[in-house]
Parts: sequence; C-alpha cells; structure tokens
Amino acid sequence: MNTVFDYAAWFASLCFMLAMLLALVRLFIGPAAQDRVLALDTLYLNGMLTLLMLGIRSSSTVYFDIALLIALFGFASTIALAKFLLRGEVIEP
Amino acid sequence: MNGADLPLWVTVPGTLLLVAAGLLTLIGAIGLVRLDHFFARMHPPTMGTTLGTGFVLIASMLVSSALEQRPVIHELLITVFIVMTAPVTAMLLMRAAVFREHRKARPAKPGDGAEDSLPPKAGH
Repeated sequence: MNTVFDYAAWFASLCFMLAMLLALVRLFIGPAAQDRVLALDTLYLNGMLTLLMLGIRSSSTVYFDIALLIALFGFASTIALAKFLLRGEVIEP
Repeated sequence: MNGADLPLWVTVPGTLLLVAAGLLTLIGAIGLVRLDHFFARMHPPTMGTTLGTGFVLIASMLVSSALEQRPVIHELLITVFIVMTAPVTAMLLMRAAVFREHRKARPAKPGDGAEDSLPPKAGH
C-alpha cells in the first residue's frame, strides 16, 4: 500500500515542478510587469510546495522550516514589487 | 521510502490529497500561461495557493503524525500564513495593474492635468 503513496508523492512533486516551469514561461514572456510579478508569486509558492513534498518523501522536518522561510520572504518580495508598481517607490517618506 | 509502515488511515487520504493538490496546482499554472489577459490570469494560480497548499499541508500533517505516533500540527503555521497573506498580495497586485492600465490609457503629458490621476503621495 505504501507504493501507492510513494507514486502519489512523486506525481505531486512532478506536478509542482511542471507548474514551476510554466510559471517561469510566464515570467519570461509576460507582456507587462504585473504579469512577471504574478508569475514570481506562483513560482515561489510552487517552490514551497516542492520543498514540502521533499519533506514528506524523506520524513524530515528540516524542509518545513525552509518552506516557512520561503513563504515569508516570498510574501515580502511580492508586496514590495506590487508597491513599487503601484507608487513608484517601495518605502515612501 | 521511509519506514514502510504507514497505516491505512494515512495512506488512502494522503494519496488522494496529494494527487488532488498536484492536479489543481498544475491546472492553475496552465491557466496562468494560457489565458490572454492579466485580469483573467489573476484567477488560476489562486487554486494552487489555497487548495494545493491546504491539501499538501494536511497530507504532511497526517504523515508526520503517523510517523511520530503523536499529533503534529506545526504545519498549521504555513496554512495560517498563506491564508492571511494571499488576499493581501492579490489585492495589491490587482490595484497596481488597474492603476498601470489606467495610466497607459491616458499618457501623462505635462500641463494637461493627466498627472492628477496619479494617487497622491502619502506624507505630502
């Protein structure tokens, strides 16, 4: 029965990696800057999910901390980029 | 993989949750590439953000609880964080996109008052 779970974990990992590749495609061809920011948002989220799958497959808790850090920094970077697109500067006087 | 002794009440829901999360996230990414306007492209990745992340974290909670023989719920941290931050990100990005499209439709020439459409700077 565990082989089924193993196959499901591999399938989910491959799906997340493929989603990262597609987000990378949108990051390169995105016509406007907001498309690239949205693609970056999707990219870091899928990277976080890939790391969580790595943690499930190897039953280690180290990857959880890295996933939490990726979520924190990804949120901060997306907010900073969106603020820059909106106002022209990130930290206003 | 690990231990090879996951019980049945972990294997069946974990398998279903992982397959569903992978499919949802992949469909969201395909929609991100294939849709043809930014405001339509905002929608598909949120499937991966909400359901994909939630399913993977529930599966991770099940597996680590079964392996450590006690309830492990520290994955709730990521869930709460993602649920709190995803709407903020989407709303800010959407406002930025609306503002930029508006400014692109009306190019600001000096003296014709079009720069009044810029939002006022805070602190001035």
